[in-house]
Amino acid sequence: MNILQAFWEALESLAANKMRSALTILGIVIGVASVIAMLAIGAGAENTITGEIQGVGSNLLFVLSGGGKDVRNPQHLTTGDTEAINDPFQAPSVKNAAPALQGGGEVSYAGESTNTSIYGVTPPYAEVRSINLSEGEFITEAHVLGRASVALLGTGVAEDIFGRKSGLIGETVRIEGQNFRVIGVLEEKGGSAFSDEDDQIIIPITTAQTRLIRRSTQDRVDVIFVQAVSAEAIPQASEEISQILRTRHRCKIGEDDFTIITQQDMIGVASSITGVLTIFLGGIAAISLLVGGIGIMNIMLVSVVERTREIGLRKAVGARKQDILVQFLAESLLLSVVGGMVGIGFGWVISTVVGKIAVANDVALNPAIDLNSILLATLFSVAVGLFFGIYPANRAASLQPVEALRYE
Amino acid sequence: MNDIVVKGHDLTKVYTMGEMQVHALRGLSLEIRKGEVVAIMGPSGSGKSTLMNILGCLDRPTSGEYYLDGVSVATMNDDQLAKIRNQKVGFVFQTFNLLPRATALSNVILPLRYAEDRKNHRQRAEQALAEVDLGDRMNHRPNELSGGQQQRVAVARALVNNPAIIMADEPTGNLDTKTGDAMMELLLSLNKEKGTTLIIITHDPEIGQRAERIIYIRDGVVESRVAA
Repeated sequence: MNILQAFWEALESLAANKMRSALTILGIVIGVASVIAMLAIGAGAENTITGEIQGVGSNLLFVLSGGGKDVRNPQHLTTGDTEAINDPFQAPSVKNAAPALQGGGEVSYAGESTNTSIYGVTPPYAEVRSINLSEGEFITEAHVLGRASVALLGTGVAEDIFGRKSGLIGETVRIEGQNFRVIGVLEEKGGSAFSDEDDQIIIPITTAQTRLIRRSTQDRVDVIFVQAVSAEAIPQASEEISQILRTRHRCKIGEDDFTIITQQDMIGVASSITGVLTIFLGGIAAISLLVGGIGIMNIMLVSVVERTREIGLRKAVGARKQDILVQFLAESLLLSVVGGMVGIGFGWVISTVVGKIAVANDVALNPAIDLNSILLATLFSVAVGLFFGIYPANRAASLQPVEALRYE
Repeated sequence: MNDIVVKGHDLTKVYTMGEMQVHALRGLSLEIRKGEVVAIMGPSGSGKSTLMNILGCLDRPTSGEYYLDGVSVATMNDDQLAKIRNQKVGFVFQTFNLLPRATALSNVILPLRYAEDRKNHRQRAEQALAEVDLGDRMNHRPNELSGGQQQRVAVARALVNNPAIIMADEPTGNLDTKTGDAMMELLLSLNKEKGTTLIIITHDPEIGQRAERIIYIRDGVVESRVAA
């Protein structure tokens, strides 16, 4: 008997018990669908997070003060460090370095007030952090040198205190009781995993250092955003920055008092987190696939008992052990493969629906079904069919014709 | 004569049931010539079912030798036996044993599906059905056929491979007298037309009378041979 005939017969015998076959298939459908959906949602989450990290700026490195271990006499990052990093002779791989001082405070206008994040920055910050303005202009060197009382508002802040997002240039707002002139409004970015970039105010770094965000020393900065000349130059830039800061801070070997994080590092960390999450969710989903497989085995065992006489007859007219084996394996394979196919479709529907729900709730999650997870699910369901089919099929094939024919 | 189709010599069969050993056959010998119609009779527990299983290559004797159509089958493995059954034996059972979901034609094709010769399945099955007078019922399922018709499908299934012997185990046991008679007529006429050796296992003396020869079995040995 050839394989095609075996599958045709398997189809006939499964069709004879439609309800039972459908319920058995359902177990596999649920298993495969949940594996597909979980993998797709996991991949979507990773894409979203990776995208957000990349959206912070391109080819970025973050330089923070504080080393990994206890370091004696740690020194803070300063504007002087920033200038040194910006020196093209000392750090040729660095395109731009932008220091930032971060704090918080109350901003008010005509009785309306809100608490928000305040960033003290220099002009390169706009380019390094990929900041665009919906109106006005960014902070200039003149503003920095003159410690000017000027501010850029995020759209969230503007909404809160003005009730509108445009036509605000020239207005005066009070930040921590001091008057600042509005010179621009930031383009709306939407929510992000890290911070709400619409809920911030940007002012010149010198103004922040002297008047709003007091630190122990006046030239201190919290973080330096560094843009490398290219993605390939990021490791080189990191090395150059380390050399500069080690020299300037007189660090002992192995006792850096600063930390450099690249975007790749963050993406790597985020990827490994979402990866673990995906494996975890996929693993739970795989358990339901396992349960579906056990369902197949269960039904096939029942079917073997029910058809004992049929098996006996087939053997009497010349079926060999392997003929019966193939016949029953074909049935369990058919169940699992049909279940796998329907499950892939169903999983696609689920992940699409989840994506739509996420979008409706302002979460940028775009589930991505890749070919790999489809192949994986197909392979897995075939394996389930074979694995859970082999025991019942073997049991059927091992029946002795005399006893099988006598079975009532 | 040299055309012996079934030759069993000193056949024994011992079943072990727990601690107890049951001797179903105790050194039974028999010969059946090609084209003969033989009835095997005997009381319950005489070993006639065991004998049928061994003659039909469904089971192996514990010891002794058995030649079917000149081939020694006593020591064959399961797959070799399956091949012999497929090529040389046709079975007719008391309970018909048709596949309920398959049409008469598919039921008759079944042995051919396990055969090595893959040609003309349909044509051969149609011909076998025509020989048992069911040419017009080929696409009916067993539940759409009467008992006699079902048994005739079974006979067609037994014939389709042109076997050396047909083993009929109480072929009329589930049929009423009239259909039973017709069934016997059919089997005997097939024997005459095609020369197929026919071995009937029965405890019905009337059926036995219609065979050319009766082999009585008692306590696992041949009791006597009676020419009809």
